[in-house]
Parts: sequence; C-alpha cells; structure tokens
Amino acid sequence: MRFKDVFSIIGPAMVGPSSSHTAGAARIGRAARQLLGDGEAANPVEALITFYGSFAATYAGHGTDVAIVGGILDFATDDPRIPDALNLAEQAGMSVTFREGKGLYPHPNTARVRLKTSSGQTLEAVGISIGGGNIEIVEINGFRAKMTGVYKALAIFHADTPGVIAEITGRLREEHSNIGYMSVDRKSRSGDALTVIELDTDITEELLTKLAACPSVQSVRVVDLTDS
Amino acid sequence: MRFRHLNELAKLCADEGLTIGELMLAEQAAESGHPPAWEFAKMADYYAVMKDAVKRGLTEDTTSRSGITGLDAQRVAAYNGAGTSNLGIAGDAMAYALAVSEVNASMGRIIATPTAGSCGIIPGVFVSCQERFGLSDEHMTYGLFAAGAIGYVIANNSFVSGAEGGCQAEVGSAIGMAAGALAELRGGSPAQAVHAVGLALKNTLGLICDPVGGLVEVPCIVRNGFGAVTALAAADMALAGVRSVIPSDEVIQVMLEVGSAMPDKHRETAGGGLAQTPTGKAILEDLRSKRAKRGKE
Repeated sequence: MRFKDVFSIIGPAMVGPSSSHTAGAARIGRAARQLLGDGEAANPVEALITFYGSFAATYAGHGTDVAIVGGILDFATDDPRIPDALNLAEQAGMSVTFREGKGLYPHPNTARVRLKTSSGQTLEAVGISIGGGNIEIVEINGFRAKMTGVYKALAIFHADTPGVIAEITGRLREEHSNIGYMSVDRKSRSGDALTVIELDTDITEELLTKLAACPSVQSVRVVDLTDS
Repeated sequence: MRFRHLNELAKLCADEGLTIGELMLAEQAAESGHPPAWEFAKMADYYAVMKDAVKRGLTEDTTSRSGITGLDAQRVAAYNGAGTSNLGIAGDAMAYALAVSEVNASMGRIIATPTAGSCGIIPGVFVSCQERFGLSDEHMTYGLFAAGAIGYVIANNSFVSGAEGGCQAEVGSAIGMAAGALAELRGGSPAQAVHAVGLALKNTLGLICDPVGGLVEVPCIVRNGFGAVTALAAADMALAGVRSVIPSDEVIQVMLEVGSAMPDKHRETAGGGLAQTPTGKAILEDLRSKRAKRGKE
C-alpha cells in the first residue's frame, strides 16, 4: 500500500499552495537541517539549493524556494513563517543560493541541499517529493539512503567493519526499538558507511548515548518530521 | 488497515456495528500504536485549522503571490448574503470551499485533503453543514476519519495527485470523500455513504489537470467551489436512496484507467488544456517576465 494511514490522506497541516511543491520541499529542507546536526552550533551559515525537473521549472510560483529555506530553518510544514523564510534566513546569518540543476535526477520533483556551518561542517542531501507532501531522502553525503519522514529516523555514520550492524541493532534491541525500514551503503570496502533506520518508537537519549559509544560509530543524527 | 476496498469497509462496519469514522479511528490507532484519543485529538486539531482557514478566506486579503486570484470567496459570500442565490443556503459550502482554496493559494495554513490543490472541498462541505445542522466538533472529527477512510481506498487503488491521474484524482477524490462522509454525518448507513462516493466520482471522471502557469489557482480554486456543491448533491442522492449502479470500487478502477490513459499534457504539466489557451499562455508569459525582473533587482 502506497498510503499507510489516515493522516497521509487528511494532512499534512501546511502552508500552501502545493502539497508536493511547498510542503514536500519544506520537509526536504528540514530533513537536511536535522541531518547537519542538533543545536545552535549546527546552524547553517550557507545553503546551496539545486532544483531539478518540475521543481526547477515552477519553484517560484509554488513558493518552493521559501518552503525549502523554511525547512532548513527547522520550520514544520504549517509554520506561518514559511512565506517570510528568505528574510528570516538572512537575519539568521544564512546565505542562500538557488540553482537549476541539469543532468540526471531521480524524480520530477527533486532538490539537492548543501549546508555548511560556521565551523565548516557540511551536509549534502538529495530529496524527492512524491505527492501529497510525502517525501523520500534518497542520498546523504554521497551515500544512497531511504528515509520518508513518516517515522522518526536515525542516520548513523560509521566505519564499514564486520559486526557493526549487529552492534547497532543490539543497542536498538536493548532499548526495545523496532526497526520499520533500514538502508545501508558504503563508500568503499572497509571505508565509511551510512546506516539509516526508521523506527516505530521514540528515540531516547539513552539510545543515542549507547549508539555514540559504539567503537565503529562516527556520528549519529536524528531526523524527526513527525510533528506535521 | 483491515480493508482495501470500499465494499470491505462497508461490510466491516456492518459486521461490527460501527460507523466508517469509528472504524477508521480504531484502525488508525492500531496502525500507529498511539492511543485512539491521541489520533482523535490530532484530527480535531486539523478540523480547527480547516475552520480557521474558512474564516480567514472570508475576512482577509487572499490575493495570491502571482496576483491572478483572490477574494472570490468574499464576492460569493456577499452575493449569498443578498438572499438571491440560486443555490440558497448550499451556496455557503461553495463560498467556504473557495475561501480555503484562496487561503492556500496565498500561502496560508490549510490541511491537504487529500492534496493542497483540493483542500477547499472538505472544509467547505463540513463547516457549512456543521453550522446549518448544529453538529458538534466531535461529530465532525469522526466525519474526517470517514473521509480519510474513503480517501485511503481511492489513493491505494487509484491515485490522488494531478500529476498521476489528472484533476479527477485530486478534486474528484475530495468530492467523493466529502460526499461519503457527509452521507454518514447526516445519518446514512455505511452502505449509503459508499454509494455517495461512487455517485460523486462518476461525475468527475476524465477531469484533466491543466493549471494556468502551473499554479494551484486557475482553474483549481473554482473547481473546489463547484466540488463542494457536487458533494452535497451526491450525499443527498445517496440519502434519498439513489444507488451507484456501477459499484463504487469499480468506479475507482475506472478513474485509474482514465487517468493512466491521460496524456502528460493534461497531468499537472501546464502543457495543455486551459494552461495552453491564448489567455493561459499570455498569463504565463506575464508571470515569467515579472519573475525575470524580480530576479534582476
């Protein structure tokens, strides 16, 4: 079933005018912001946004530009500040650049978001907007991924070593966390890897502490778009 | 969810002695793992957003970012107030649906039902009927679960986006959802509600998605106004005992067939239909030159 619950039909609560081009774009931006990290130190100072396909052709008319920047400011899809997001980004000290992308892209509504913090930390995510405000994040820092935002999700950057998945899922088991969907990709054999896990349960501080303590784990990010 | 088709939904309701809204609330809670009260409160919040959007569309400036639409709801409401409307009191549903769609086009807060392009129909029907028949917010919230159950079946057997299936999939689905839910809200059985869905959907089969300039404005906004009126009519027919001779589940399959056969230019690309009329093209050119000017500033 493509649509799993009542709120994927009635909802989301959103600022108009388009569920795919406005609400979906806001969710993609917000996922990228949360993947960059938590807290003030992870506030981006630079955002480079590349639109592809229908996003590139119609972004100004649908407010896709203000919506995705609103998402990068961690606004929910129904945040009334979305229409003013470009000004708010400027006030927050974030420079924003839009580009229209050429070449291959995975879906008619695709956006690539590149963020940078003041300390030089970067994050690049590719998201697609598949209709009714529903999205998928399909690429994170060059790793293939799958994250829908329907569930609370973990993005775990780690070394590609034997047993690391067992270690991660062992911690989840201890915290009684059930995995809904999981994707794993690596840059090269024994190189860097990314595991993305969508969970049915809340993500607790204890779980995050335990995951961060795993020797092969480099960093853990939480993406929670479930509030709208 | 324990149902995939509308006939299964109606049978489950009949077997368990539940309304569609009550059954959907229980199914939703089972799917999410949240208590039913949590799910109900979320839907009640959504209904409050819908009511607020109706109010804003009737009182605030809804001129869109493009400048091509806005304030038609207020024109219709003023006209209705003069008491000479052909629709009588049903004209309120039309005015309210226009109001919410105009709030959407002017970047206001709405609930996608099932999409933003069709967000006016359910609030238009629900809020006007709540006022007219003195129904409680709780009753209306169950109605939204009923509408969601109907939309869930349509979305999983056909489609609910204009890019996939044309306007019949967005506005058409919203009318079917509103009609079925209203039939239930007015005391109809689950079977009557399901007939209302089929009756309504048959009236929008083949409707193309041809937004002028690619914007969710023309003809989307007025189609929401018309859609609300059609939903009232379909619910009335079903409550009067009119049946959808072709079962509603089969009508949904026709929507899939027709939408799949629709050319790309009639599926939200602005490549045909009203978008490519001489005036539609002139509006697009005008929007482009304004945008280019803004870009240079």
